Formats: sequence, structure tokens, C-alpha cells
Amino acid sequence: MVENVATTDIVKTADGIPLKISLAKAQRRSKIRGMMLVLPLFAFILLTFFVPIFDMLLRSVENHLVPDVLEHTTRELVNWDDRSGELPPEEVFAAAKLDFEKGHSERTILRVGRRLNYEVPGFASLFRKTARRAKNFESPYKEAFIERDKRWGEIDTWRLIKREAGAFTMSYYFSALDLEYSPEGNVNFKDKDSRIYLKLFWRTLSLSALITLLCLTLAYPIAYLLSTLPLRISNLLMILVLLPFWTSLLVRTTSWIALLQQEGVINDLLVGLGLITDDGRLAMIHNAMGTVVAMTHILLPFMVLPLYSVMKTIPPSYMRAAKNLGATPTVAFIRVYFPNTVSGIGAGSILVFIISIGYYITPALVGGTDGTLISNFIAYHMSSSLNWGLAASLGVLLLILVLMLYYLYDRVVGIDNMKFS
Amino acid sequence: MALPAYTTTGERIWFYAYRIFCGLVFFFLIAPILVIIPLSFNSVPFFTFTEEMLRLDPAGYSLRWYNDFFTNANWQGAVKNSVIIAFFSTILATFLGTVAALGLSRSDLPFKSTIMGLLISPMIVPLIISAAGMYFFYSQIGLQGTFLGVILAHTALGTPFVVITVTATLSGFDQVLVRSAANLGANPTTTFFRIIVPLILPGVISGALFAFITSFDEVVVVLFVGSYEQRTIPWQMFSGIREQISPTILAVATLLVCVSIALLTALELLRRRSERLRGMTPQ
Repeated sequence: MVENVATTDIVKTADGIPLKISLAKAQRRSKIRGMMLVLPLFAFILLTFFVPIFDMLLRSVENHLVPDVLEHTTRELVNWDDRSGELPPEEVFAAAKLDFEKGHSERTILRVGRRLNYEVPGFASLFRKTARRAKNFESPYKEAFIERDKRWGEIDTWRLIKREAGAFTMSYYFSALDLEYSPEGNVNFKDKDSRIYLKLFWRTLSLSALITLLCLTLAYPIAYLLSTLPLRISNLLMILVLLPFWTSLLVRTTSWIALLQQEGVINDLLVGLGLITDDGRLAMIHNAMGTVVAMTHILLPFMVLPLYSVMKTIPPSYMRAAKNLGATPTVAFIRVYFPNTVSGIGAGSILVFIISIGYYITPALVGGTDGTLISNFIAYHMSSSLNWGLAASLGVLLLILVLMLYYLYDRVVGIDNMKFS
Repeated sequence: MALPAYTTTGERIWFYAYRIFCGLVFFFLIAPILVIIPLSFNSVPFFTFTEEMLRLDPAGYSLRWYNDFFTNANWQGAVKNSVIIAFFSTILATFLGTVAALGLSRSDLPFKSTIMGLLISPMIVPLIISAAGMYFFYSQIGLQGTFLGVILAHTALGTPFVVITVTATLSGFDQVLVRSAANLGANPTTTFFRIIVPLILPGVISGALFAFITSFDEVVVVLFVGSYEQRTIPWQMFSGIREQISPTILAVATLLVCVSIALLTALELLRRRSERLRGMTPQ
């Protein structure tokens, strides 16, 4: 039959082109038209968003400063075996003299010092001290260097320079994961007491989990109430959920400061009621509690809305049928109603969790020291310590975490189904 | 929802306990927003209710913080910047987002879900990461600390909302209408402006409102990509809370609550209109 159409009786359009070809052409044209419509936004997002993110990825591993400035030294160091137990040969020191002299006149050597200072504190001062005199060093250079600072006579100093001699480095990721090189060149976790970022990641995850759990506990009952009340009333109550949702984040954070601070509304109220004394005012802000309370309030609508939209689709007849079949209200809830809401719980929880692990503003304002999250450290390294490489690597790690969670979210809900209001 | 006559005492207690719990949660949601309104009329520079205020003594209340807001050059500059940045990024985001949504809603677009995922990723990636990436990159190409930089950044953050809202509107769009228009002799341009645009307009406007509020509320990116010159209202609030905390912030917060109420109302009206146009009964 198909053959028949194809060989003997080809269907043609009005202008004599076989229909199949004409159709394929029209479909291709339509596809291209669709692509052309998407293209401007795609190009825009690519340039303003993806290129910066990619740049951050690069920045978290790039290390051109060290091999650029210590050009000769790093080339000579290739021939030195850092496990030999001996200092590098004279040629390396001679090359280092050259690099220090040049780096001093071009004012780049101190940047290398600062860069290596991230790895081992003290390098910035070592480089500053050495660079000032490098011009006057005379052969034998090894002795000249060691005379200027005895750290140049330590193998670990040279090991570090050799390790960071490449154009790319993993050292920012090592810092971000609290890893360090042992003297033998192995990679270990730092001592428990000097771990910063693992603790911070853990704190971010556990506080986010706590916030998610609190949101779920508070949101589930009211979402149920909203979905069972008559529309007229539930629409009114919905305003109480949507108004906070639409109110600026800073407004909500500000009001929590007004409520929770030492001289704030809640403490005044408790003192007024005689529940606490004036000296015993509670510290509810600038600590983890401030972060948890304010963020639970801010993220609660993100939990209520998906739960509500799922609960809305469960027919009330299910519960009536269960009760009719002899289930007590508790059993009917656990066996019939609750399983139907699991997708809403999944959607809301993942959403709240994802938003809270990347949160910056609220913890920065009400978190104090033990309520700050990973984002606050990224911001700190960007604007205060100026260790951009570390900021970038922490950012990339956070991004990986978020993308993994979104993959999960997509499996549970489907990103296409994301809706607002 | 009155209780039927046959409920047991236990059920009654449970019912009222549940209602009280819900009431408390609603209180938790709304009280922090309402509490700043009276506080912003404080006559002394405190963030709490003074005794005069509690006695409802008129001396305890004043408009001095509103006065400060409307006369202070820092705040007025912030309002101007916020409006300029939000205006331009909304226009750009709405245009780019709507055009892309028209493409995305065609059934024959290849790699649709991948493209959709990429286009809405600025909404997914935590703001601090977008801010970090943009800060590093924009400082290299000289866009850091410029209005253009902030506007481009805010446009990128706002487009996902436009894409999602307009795509949602288009998914309920009856393609038969396009064919009928063509059948009745309209060319594609006429069809677009006379049939498609009026029907998706509510979706486009609510997408634009989302983009506007995204830019208007955004603070993380503007903190890094912008500088004092580009300070927006949230920027000014953020640095105000960190440095010289004054109740002017509460006055601004109150005004912003009014803005959100206006936006919420506008969106609700648009939603009803859109549903009416698509032949659904408004709820």
C-alpha cells in the first residue's frame, strides 16, 4: 500500500511538489521559526548568566599568577624531586632571584605572596621581605636566600611552590573541603578543630533541614484547612499566605529584627508580663535561632502553596469512603489522605530546602556568627578577604548541591509544572 | 463548617485544638508584617512600642520617619534607581521572555525541555552564586558598578518568570482560533496582533509584574554587581540595617507592604480576567 502511494500515485501539492517533501519542508521551516523565537533569549541568558557562571568555574581552578610571575623558578623546579629530601639546586635559587627582582619592579610578586598565603600563612610576609632585597642578592644564591629568611632553607616551602606551579590548581577546592597535603604529599582531612567549611556545610544542611521540617509542620495543617473550607473563606485566608509571599524579603527580615531583638517587641512584652526580668532579656536574634525563625516565616508560603494545590485535588469522598468502610479518622488519615499528599510534601520540602541552602540576606542580617550559612562565607570571601578563588570554589560546590537537589525536584514534580500564585 | 451533633467530646477538643493551631500559624504569617506599620509611626528612634504608643498618646506617634524618607537624598536616590532599573529590566525581560515563550509553546520545537530548563535556570541557581559569577565576570568587562550591568543582571533573573507565566497562558490557548483566523483571511501578522496578543496579554502583564517585583526586591546581585551609584531601595535597606539602624527603614517597609498589596491585587484581577477570556469561570 505504502509502496503504491510512493511509486505510482504520488500525492502532489498544487505547485507540483510531492506532498511528503513539501510537508517536510514546511515542518522544517516551522521548527526553524520556533528556534528563531527562542534564540534571542537564549543568547541573552548565555551571555549575561551562563558565561559568568562558567567564568566562576574557571576561576575556582585557575592559577596562572604563580607560573606567570615565578616563570623561571617554576621551570627549574620541574627538575627537582620534592621527595628527595634535599633542597632544590642552585639553579632554582638563581631563577628565583631573577623572578623576585622582576616581580618586585613590576609589583606582581606580592600578589603571588598573598596567593600562597592562602595555602600556608606567612608566605605573604616571606615574599615581601625577600622581594625588597632580591636585587642585591649575590651568588651563591641559595645561601643569600636562606640568610634573608631561613624558611627558604625548608623543603616544605619549595614543595608548596612546586605544587602550585601549574596553570590550574585544586587548592581552592581543598580549602573549601578542609583538605590538606600531608608532608608526604598525601591528601588528608584537616584536624577536627581546624575544619571550617565542612562544619559550615553541615550547619547549612542541618539548619535548612530544620527550617524545612518546621515549614512542613506549620504548613500542612493550614494547607488542609484552606483546601477544605468553602472557597469564599479560603480565598480570604489565602491572602494571609500570599501577602507575606509578595512582601519584600527585607521588609520581613526587618520586622523580625524589630520583634526579636533585645530591646524588641517580644522581649518588651515578656518583661511587661513579668515572665522575664529586665536583665534576663532573651537573645533571640543574631544567632541560629534568629535565622531559623525568620527563614521559616519567609519560606512558609513556598510550602503552603504546593501542599494546597495537591490537597485541592483530593476528593473529600475518599475520606468519607474510608470512614464508611470502618476506618477511624486517624487510620483514614494515615492510610488514605496522607499518601495522597506525599507528592505535595516532596515538592514543597525540596523547594524550601533548596532555597534555604542558598540563602544569603536573612542569615547575614539576623544570623550573628552561629546562624550564618555557606552563602555568607562566599560573600565574605568575595568582598572582605578577597580570596576570589575560594569564593568561586565554595560557589561551585553549592551549585553542585543545588543542581543535584533540582534533579530530584524534577523527578518528583517536573520543572515544567512550576507555577506561581 | 459547624460540627455535626453526633461528634464526641474528644473530636470536639481535637477540632478546636486544630483550629487554634491554624489560627496561630496564620498569626505567625501575618503579624510580623502588620507589626511594622504602627512601629513606623514611632516618634522616637526605637524599633519597639514606647509607653506613649501603648497609651495611644498622640505624642507617641509622628510622621518624622516618613518625612525623613521623603527628604533624605540617600533614600530618594534609591527610589529613583530602583524604578529606573526595574523599569528597563522589566521591559527587556518581558520582550525576550514573551518571544521565547511563543517559540517554546510550539509543539514541534526540538529539545524543548532542555531549552526550558536552561532558560529558567537563573531562577534556580541560588542568588549568591549568580551574584558571584556576575561580579567576577562583569568586573572584567567593565560592567560592574554600572546601571547597564545591574539592568542586564536583573533582566536575566526576571526572564524565567515571564517565560513560565506566558508559557502557562499559552498552554491553555486554543490553536483552533489561529486556524480559524487564517481561514477567515487574516495573515499571520494580523492573527498575531488581533487574536493571540489580546488573549495572552493578561499572562504577559502578570509575567511583567513578576519581573518587576523580582528586580524591585532583589538585593544580593545588586549588592555585588552594583555600587553606591546604583543603590536601590533594598540595597539601602540592607546597608541601613547593617550600619545606622533607624526607623526610617520601618517607614520604607510600610510603604513597600502597600506596594505588595497593590501588586497582589493587580495579579489577582489579571488572573480572573485571563480565566474569563479562556472561558473558565473565575473562582
